[in-house]
Amino acid sequence: MIIKVNNKEMELSSQASLQQLAETLQMPDKGVAVAVNNQMIPRTKWSETILQENDQVVVIKAACGG
Amino acid sequence: MEKLVIAGKEFNSRLFLGTGKFKSNDLMEKAILASGSEMVTVAMKRIDLDDKEDDMLHHIVHPHIQLLPNTSGVRNAEEAVFAAQMAREAFGTNWLKLEIHPDPRYLLPDTVETLKATEQLVKLGFVVLPYCQADPVLCRQLEEAGAATVMPLGAPIGTNKGLQTREFIQIIIEQAGIPVVVDAGIGAPSQAAEAMELGASAVLVNTAIAVAGDPVRMAQAFKAAVEAGREAYEAGLGGVSSSFQASASSPLTAFLNS
Repeated sequence: MIIKVNNKEMELSSQASLQQLAETLQMPDKGVAVAVNNQMIPRTKWSETILQENDQVVVIKAACGG
Repeated sequence: MEKLVIAGKEFNSRLFLGTGKFKSNDLMEKAILASGSEMVTVAMKRIDLDDKEDDMLHHIVHPHIQLLPNTSGVRNAEEAVFAAQMAREAFGTNWLKLEIHPDPRYLLPDTVETLKATEQLVKLGFVVLPYCQADPVLCRQLEEAGAATVMPLGAPIGTNKGLQTREFIQIIIEQAGIPVVVDAGIGAPSQAAEAMELGASAVLVNTAIAVAGDPVRMAQAFKAAVEAGREAYEAGLGGVSSSFQASASSPLTAFLNS
C-alpha cells in the first residue's frame, strides 16, 4: 500500500504498523512526535496502530525558534 | 532578587531565551549558557528523513533549563491544540508557549483564537504561556482561563523596537495575578531593564541576542540588564518629578563666606 510520510509517498506492506514504519525510517527514539491523519499517536500506541492505504503520516522534531 | 515562580516552579533567572536566528547551534548553546536563562523556547518542524545530523535539541537540553515548546506556524486554536499535543509527545513537557499569529507580515497574535486555545489547553493539562496583544482586558481573560503567565508583546516579533506598548503593559502588570512576561520587540538590554523596572516578571528575548555581533556577550549584557531592572523594581524607584525644577541632593547651606 501507499502512504504519505511528511508529504512523500512511501510503499509499505499491507497491515504494517506505525512501529514498523518507525523502524523502517530509523526514527530517533527521542525528540519526535508522530501523527496519523492529524491525530497525534503516542509512542506507546505505535505497535497497535495499523496503517491504512493513503494515510497521511506527519513526523516532527525540534527546530530553532523563538 | 526574588525567585520567579510559574505554575509552582521556581526560576532563578528572569530572562527567557528564544533559539531562532543563531548562526550555529554551538553559538546558540553558548549564548544560552552565558545568559543564565532557565527557560528556552523550541519550535517544531517536519523531520527530514534523509538528514540525521540536524539535531538542535541536545544543544538546549540541560538540567537547569525548562524547555518551552512553541506553537509557531499554527493559524487557529484547533491547530494549536494539535501542535501542543505533538510538542508534549516529542519533548516530554506540558509547558507551552502558545502563539497563534496567522498574518506573516506583522506576526501579531490572534486574540480570539489565543483565548479559545488557552481555555482548551488548560483543560488538557498544559501549562500555557500565551503570547498575546498588550491588551489589559484580554490578559485578565487569559488569566481567568487558567494561563500560567501572560506574555504581551512590546513590539512586533523581531523588530527590536522596544516597549511600544509601555503604557498598556503597565496596566497589565498592575492588574495581573500571574507573572507578566514581556515577549517580542525587546531589542536592547536597556529595553529589557525598562520592562523589569516597570515590574514585569520576566522578558523573553531572541532576535536581539541571536543577531548581535557577539551573541554570547550580548546574552551576558541582557542578563545584567534584567537583574539590574528587577533589583531596581524590588528596591522601589523614586518618583519622577512633574516639573524640571531641581530638588537638591546636597545641602545648600553655604560654607563659604560671601
